[in-house]
Amino acid sequence: MSEPSLTAPHQLAYTYKRSLGPVLSRFFTALRDRKILGVKRKDGTVLVPAREYDPDTAESLDELVEVQDTGVVRSWSWVPKPRAQQPLDHPFAYALVQLDGADTTMLHVVDAGSEAQMATGMRVKARWAKETSGAITDFVFVPGE
Amino acid sequence: MRDVAVVGFAQSDSMRRETDRNEVEILIPVMQELRKKTGLTNDQVDFVCSGSSDYLAGQSFAFIAGLDAVGAWPPICESHLEMDGAWALYEAWVKIQMGYADLALVYGFGKPSMGDLPLTMALQLDPYTTMPLWPDAISIAAIQARLCQEGGTLSAEEMAERAVRDRGNAKSNPYAQVKGDFSVDGILADPYIANPLRKHDCSPISDGASVMIIASAEKAREFQDRPAFIRGFEHICEPMDFGVRDLTSSKSTEIAAEKAGVRADKIDVAELSAPFTHQEILVERALGLDESTNINPSGGALAGNPIMAVGLTRIGEAAARIWDGSADRAVAHATSGPCLQQNLVCLMEGN
Repeated sequence: MSEPSLTAPHQLAYTYKRSLGPVLSRFFTALRDRKILGVKRKDGTVLVPAREYDPDTAESLDELVEVQDTGVVRSWSWVPKPRAQQPLDHPFAYALVQLDGADTTMLHVVDAGSEAQMATGMRVKARWAKETSGAITDFVFVPGE
Repeated sequence: MRDVAVVGFAQSDSMRRETDRNEVEILIPVMQELRKKTGLTNDQVDFVCSGSSDYLAGQSFAFIAGLDAVGAWPPICESHLEMDGAWALYEAWVKIQMGYADLALVYGFGKPSMGDLPLTMALQLDPYTTMPLWPDAISIAAIQARLCQEGGTLSAEEMAERAVRDRGNAKSNPYAQVKGDFSVDGILADPYIANPLRKHDCSPISDGASVMIIASAEKAREFQDRPAFIRGFEHICEPMDFGVRDLTSSKSTEIAAEKAGVRADKIDVAELSAPFTHQEILVERALGLDESTNINPSGGALAGNPIMAVGLTRIGEAAARIWDGSADRAVAHATSGPCLQQNLVCLMEGN
């Protein structure tokens, strides 16, 4: 009989700091102030999160516009057993949320309490952290106007 | 264009958890098997190219160890991609097209069981706006599946049919991991693991490796009487943000298939590496496949998903059916990124 293999834990991490560039810097600074920014494309539609380049045409984008922190769930999935790294320690939903004023959805979290509360088309609003730090985790969505 | 063909292939079992061997130790016997089957020696190889992921290994430059399986002395010409081996094959094919090589050895390998794979996959997402939320791969796929189901693109029954077909086909594949006789009704009675996905909608987590030889026409017949000539080879990537993509179709597969000439004639065999049942349906449609094509005779990615090798393995499985004469025209598919973000299509013919 051979002895069982040795095992050891190993933590992968992104341990260095980096500049976010002209557009994402403003996007994240705005989050710190509890505002969500999109970016206007040439055709007038608004992308959220804001992006430095148009994903279809690769044109530079820099016209940032504020969108609402309320919106509509376009699709979702339920996380019955969150992992330690995930943003909430109780069951929640990941969802594609289209914010009021935005033409695209963004992937984020909905703290709905139970799966039965989730539905495509439901209204959600941001619940901001008591202390914001300029990160995408400064808010989660909750059901309601 | 030079005529280039797939002429040799070997693969490991797809294993849920290989506890005693590291990534390279999984790769070495597969490489040895290929050399034994084909008689390949290193002096015949002009270029070596591999696909693997340091994120799975949990250390930087982990792929260098893979060269222990090749033998890097005397010095070799070598390249590596942080992608499935199917893309390494693409690089080797370009190298041969450009006249810098006549024969290339290509491999892909991965050991995802060392970590929590659905969570590790979050590391491929936008590092600022998405990854800090740690959306796991199954949750993201479930969001896509719901969009498809609620939008009327496909049904839960059609998804279950793919699982039944692939795992049934896999009974004749000795390397497959999940195989057997399942029923649509049985699958639909299972609980959700991430509503609307059930366990059967997901590919397994698999450790494994595969190795391939491609060669120019002049050298190809030294290895195969009926080489699998690559007649179309394309890969296309969609944008990073989910919100700007149509997640209910696979546009990039469609474009790649068009450019590769897939629809120009009947396809006898298709090997798809879509890791979720709804994605398999989207890929089938994007390739324009119907009942006249034998889809996933090996079981595809739903029967064994040795990540970083699974796409290369699809190409190997399709090529093998050209070698043995059971197919004249075969297409293989590989994917990368969340929700079929990037797709590769390889069209092969026996003549």
